[in-house]
Amino acid sequence: MGLLIDIIGGLLLVSGAAFLLFGSLGLLRMPDVFNRIQAGTKTTTLGTLLTLAGAACLQPAWGWKLLLIGVFLIFTNPVSAQVLANTAHRRGAQKTPLTKIDQLAEDQEGKA
Amino acid sequence: MSTGKSSKWRDTVILFATLTLFWLMLSGKLDTDVLIVGAVASLIIALLYRDGLSFFTEFRFTPQAIVAGFRYYGYFLQELFKSNLKMAAIVLSPSLPITPGIVKVRTRLKSRMGRLMLANSITLTPGTLTVEMAGEWLYIHCVTLGATDIEAATAEIVSGFESYLEVMYG
Repeated sequence: MGLLIDIIGGLLLVSGAAFLLFGSLGLLRMPDVFNRIQAGTKTTTLGTLLTLAGAACLQPAWGWKLLLIGVFLIFTNPVSAQVLANTAHRRGAQKTPLTKIDQLAEDQEGKA
Repeated sequence: MSTGKSSKWRDTVILFATLTLFWLMLSGKLDTDVLIVGAVASLIIALLYRDGLSFFTEFRFTPQAIVAGFRYYGYFLQELFKSNLKMAAIVLSPSLPITPGIVKVRTRLKSRMGRLMLANSITLTPGTLTVEMAGEWLYIHCVTLGATDIEAATAEIVSGFESYLEVMYG
């Protein structure tokens, strides 16, 4: 039983690390600030949650604290991503030419 | 959105309970001195920040809302997993197949906490990111653009989370 939990914990840790790696890869490959925020701040959510779950399997005594870290992560991570994106948009950050449509800019032009 | 005196006290009590629970999880002990320090600190913070938002602000404590809460987190984790896999596939494919854009969607939710949770949920699932909120309107940046008219985009991005949050917060 203990061995099984150890294996599950290890697998969770590795898959968490894999998602974190994809996140960093996205940060490098994405063309503009908005897409970088998407890749960089959010594939890391699942990556970190999986890492925490893996740690909880290996160290059950930390369970409550790890759960608390997860809850804080879920509530604070999107707020920071939102503020970053909002500020970038207000300051007129360059958008990749691939961008199909920007209804926010259209609406702001309408008001101005 | 009731701002009556009784609901304010209700919010304070709920905030106090939430903070005390956090304290217990963090300290991991049930000794008397630990409990007293935690309770006093929670009470002071709850009284100072009674107008702020916390997890259960505006939460409707009905059986339906609690069931919807659990189903919401189930749905949320499922979406989180699916969209992370999608994002990983995009990042790993050599051609980087993205069609980004910012679309406007509308929410039926009225409560502050409901809207906050909706915007957070949209942001947390990779591929969609809330850039701006203006009343009932949300502006969402998508890595792979779907529908661009308001109704269709709302159905695609918002409706899944909204149906649960509507029962939880209104």
